[in-house]
Amino acid sequence: MINFHGWEMPIHYGSQIKEHEIVRNTCGIFDVSHMTILDFSGDQSKSFLRRLLSNDIEKLKENSDGLYSAMLNDKGYVLDDLIVYKMEFGYRLIVNCATRDKDMSWINENLINWDVSMKERPDLSILSVQGPKTDEVLSRIKNDLFITGLNKRPFSGTCMDQTLVTRTGYTGEKGVEIVLSEEEARILWEELLSAGAYPIGLGARDTLRLEAGFNLYGNEMDETISPLECNMDWTVDLDDMNRNFIGKSSYIDKKKQASHSIQKGLIFEEKIIVRPGQNIHFEENGSYQGTVTSGSYSPTLKKPIALARMSMNNNDYCYAQVRGKKIRAKITKPKFLNL
Amino acid sequence: MNEINNKRKFLTTHEWVQMQDDGSAKVGISDFAQDQLGDIVFVELPEIGQQIEAEDEAAIVESVKAASEINSPLSGEVIAINEELEDNPEIINSSPYDDGWFYQLSPSNIEELDSLLDEEEYINSCES
Repeated sequence: MINFHGWEMPIHYGSQIKEHEIVRNTCGIFDVSHMTILDFSGDQSKSFLRRLLSNDIEKLKENSDGLYSAMLNDKGYVLDDLIVYKMEFGYRLIVNCATRDKDMSWINENLINWDVSMKERPDLSILSVQGPKTDEVLSRIKNDLFITGLNKRPFSGTCMDQTLVTRTGYTGEKGVEIVLSEEEARILWEELLSAGAYPIGLGARDTLRLEAGFNLYGNEMDETISPLECNMDWTVDLDDMNRNFIGKSSYIDKKKQASHSIQKGLIFEEKIIVRPGQNIHFEENGSYQGTVTSGSYSPTLKKPIALARMSMNNNDYCYAQVRGKKIRAKITKPKFLNL
Repeated sequence: MNEINNKRKFLTTHEWVQMQDDGSAKVGISDFAQDQLGDIVFVELPEIGQQIEAEDEAAIVESVKAASEINSPLSGEVIAINEELEDNPEIINSSPYDDGWFYQLSPSNIEELDSLLDEEEYINSCES
């Protein structure tokens, strides 16, 4: 168990690699109640969030639809990444746990003069059910809401009373995330275990998301990184020219520049894990060209993999030096599986 | 070989050494260490014939969590390595004291054993 920003959480329940393989092959469950849920209501909720977020919630048509977005600061850098959902009462943001305090004060600062109220929901828990056998596990529980949610297209969902079920996750596998009351979550956790799901810790959560090429806030991006530099450009929506979201002009200035860093994937042949902070070079003894932002072992590829932020390039390979040894990495797209 | 010498002895840095009947010594890492490291995915072993000084780096283990140096409890010449670990490093997690041994050396100074911790002292050092 570790203290994860005030939450006592397991790195693993036995073996991180076994848990990783369970999610890739059968069905695993994650207690992700540490994530921060913020509910927005009031007449101006939609207009406010169209200003707060880089992605455009105009895309959310039905209740329970979700959208991945960045929240940028005035300089156009990433304050956080999140999913915003359309709800009957307005909108729901699920943001990172590590950024909770910062996000809430930023949002509160920007809420002034808007007819919008923000309410944190510490009373709600979140369970994530992920893996190719998720439908089998959920069908054993005999709860129609979960099956309805699982059969939606990705980033859609369904909601009844307090319970929100969406086709989302952080593993690259088919699955649902279920937001529900703490009391119901305790019961559901036990039911899912009895139905054949395995509990998965934070360790496997990290290697699963890395293989799927999903960013981790604080690693791939922070308040000094533009969405352009962390493969989040697709989450910035410029279609509505009249929409003036926070950070827009700085973002556009940066986009117009000829050169900025980009995020790539690295696959290593040597049996050495290249960890975050490691420098990257384009020639064996070349100059600094980038930094590894996440690096671990891929249980699926059985090789070390990494995400790295580096200068624009069309190279096939780059180099790193670990413990005095020069090692070569194949540069790939920042996604390691055919998910 | 007397009984006392056959017992596993430890470094505070979590390596163990165990004298064998032929006078050689096997080296590995403790159960506490493998548990702390989590799943071990790669191992770099020393070369056969390599001379190692006590408490110097002899091997490296990489778990999903971190890379760690393995220091040699004794000085001597490496006479065997556990090649099984190259393809199946998870053996270190499942059997740290038996099948998960790292290398075997011919000790050059057997008196170095006296400065190592016995199992009880080692366990106490982990708890403190």
